[in-house]
Amino acid sequence: MPSRIVLVTGVGGELGGKLLARLGNNPDFQRVIGVDTVPPAPHVAARMGRAEFVRADIRNPLIAKIIAASEVDTVVHASTTAHPAGPARRTAVKEMNVIGTMRLLAACQRSPLVRKLVVKSTAAVYGTDARSPAVFDEDAPLRPPSAQGFVADAVEVENYVRGLQRRRPDIAVTVVRFTNLIGPQVDTVTTRYFALPVVPTILGYDARIQLLHAADALSVLELAAVEDKPGVFNVGGDGVLTLSQAIRRAGRVELPLPKAMLPSIGRMLRGARLVDFSPDRIQLLQHGLVVDTTKVKREFGFVPRWSTQEAFDDYVQGRGLRPVVDGGAMTESLSRVAFAAARRM
Amino acid sequence: MADQDPALGVVRGGGAAQARTAGAAQVIPLPGRSGRHATPAGDRCDAEVADVVAMPTAAGRAGRSDHVDADEESVPAQLKRALDFVRDRLTGDYDVDEFGFDAQLTEALVLPALRVLYDKWFRVTTSGAENLPATGGALLVFNHSGTLPLDALMAAVAVHDASGRHARHLAADLVFKLPFVGPFARKAGYTLACNPDAERLLSGGELVGVFPEGFKGIGKPFSSRYKLQRFGRGGFVSAALRTRVPIVPCAIVGAEEIYPKIADLKPLARLLGLPYFPITPFFPLFGPLGAIPLPTKWHIEFGEPVRTDRMTEDADDPMAVFTLADQVRETIQQMLYARLAQRKSIFRG
Repeated sequence: MPSRIVLVTGVGGELGGKLLARLGNNPDFQRVIGVDTVPPAPHVAARMGRAEFVRADIRNPLIAKIIAASEVDTVVHASTTAHPAGPARRTAVKEMNVIGTMRLLAACQRSPLVRKLVVKSTAAVYGTDARSPAVFDEDAPLRPPSAQGFVADAVEVENYVRGLQRRRPDIAVTVVRFTNLIGPQVDTVTTRYFALPVVPTILGYDARIQLLHAADALSVLELAAVEDKPGVFNVGGDGVLTLSQAIRRAGRVELPLPKAMLPSIGRMLRGARLVDFSPDRIQLLQHGLVVDTTKVKREFGFVPRWSTQEAFDDYVQGRGLRPVVDGGAMTESLSRVAFAAARRM
Repeated sequence: MADQDPALGVVRGGGAAQARTAGAAQVIPLPGRSGRHATPAGDRCDAEVADVVAMPTAAGRAGRSDHVDADEESVPAQLKRALDFVRDRLTGDYDVDEFGFDAQLTEALVLPALRVLYDKWFRVTTSGAENLPATGGALLVFNHSGTLPLDALMAAVAVHDASGRHARHLAADLVFKLPFVGPFARKAGYTLACNPDAERLLSGGELVGVFPEGFKGIGKPFSSRYKLQRFGRGGFVSAALRTRVPIVPCAIVGAEEIYPKIADLKPLARLLGLPYFPITPFFPLFGPLGAIPLPTKWHIEFGEPVRTDRMTEDADDPMAVFTLADQVRETIQQMLYARLAQRKSIFRG
């Protein structure tokens, strides 16, 4: 049965807002309702089409009334995120992610009209350490590195979603696990990290990173909302960059630090106060996490338009990041000296 | 002004001459250069004129290639390749596969460095290179010895020299826990010894090197040299059965004697989190000098492949897996004994 009335959460953010705009301009939907505590950004609100915005907090039981009254049959939960928040706002993020999700799922369970749920999760749920396989597929067990961080929250969210599936087997649930989102308009911990002029890394380790362009993430969420694709899917760009390689591509300077010093020194660097160095992120910076995306390609028929390298280059160019150290220019000077010396001989 | 440019002088000279004869715009030669530009297009090599140096452009690539073309004849190609390499590394313009394997770095730096050890110190000889498939995946099963996994590194060089293909070894998790060693292993193409990674590599058509003896093999005391230890759960066999690739048993002779382990300090090993703390005749006694391996002469033999695509065994059947693993172990043991019988001296072969 096709979706008719869609509810999207997290529309105040970049991804949720753009999804609201896309779905709002889609004639197949009867009503598209966006929910968040902040309204969508002006450039999104201008192109929203027939979508509506309701200012509501999903932690509030009011959300159940909205879902029941509007006869929503599809819910897209795109508000789970790890904001670039320092430790002081950590509890707020946890509240939003975990408790907000619990309320939303309770509302879905209680409304008999809801038949589809799409949840945005993160590939970081797999957890990575020296004993992990190099590439994770959807069957890999979830091992959050610590009991408190954003990864543990994401695992908790997925557990609640599975609980909902057990209690309401008629709801088609799609869970998409995104790798790091990147793009010119994306503002997350990852993008701020690569924008630093001096990027702290862990001495002795060089993690692989797999990035997903925000436009590709948007396409996947839209496909999931429009079509019926139950299951868990890893979504990420093709190809891999190593951390040192990405830093050099962005023309930044890498500063390897001992692992224990990373949180304190990292925060002292200019602009790095806003970058999060929690144990979960440090684990990702140390070992790296790559996921296998054949399932989403096979079942969604979706092939990402940007590979990891292309997405990263798009971000560097789109943000206008001027290189701190220009590798190309350095090689130019070096080659001129070398050729001149060779000619003398 | 264009006439002032000697690097483009050939083309422009002809153009200017034609313009003069056609009665078009009068060309006024500037003082100091008039003599040279009187002649039409000729291949005058203005050796006294300063060479044109390309301005560094934002897209450094375009500028660099123009500059190099002007000097190609006089500069050795090696210098150009080295500078290409440096430019690619400095701008992060190279490819890394999903396991972290950096083919460019491995071929440019890692393999040549290991080859010095391979040719000069251990003087490795190989046989059975025809048993390595030219395309498609294969599982190479080696014996493991020598206290430090130098045999794995030498085996990688041997496989590359024998077949032109990179060997993707499976290493223990201790390798990936250590700083510097872990990322180096990933860049050289090695990954964790686990079933998902092994199957992914084999299905991808790679040569996967495994050392099933594990820590028991590499840490065996000198008195049990060349006696193959047990092969663990035989996971490598089930991976090969599932992906239907041939299993090539390989024997490395000469690695047992590089660090003759005569004792083991278990409490210290436990303290440091290591599987063993070796005592050799040289190691703790001579300090860092004891880390230099003895220059034994090595031989690496690649045996007859065992085809799994015709087998009907179930990869999840433990009995089938153990039987095949034992068969491979026996083959390697026989290869070792046969080669040892021929060996006349440890250091000279």
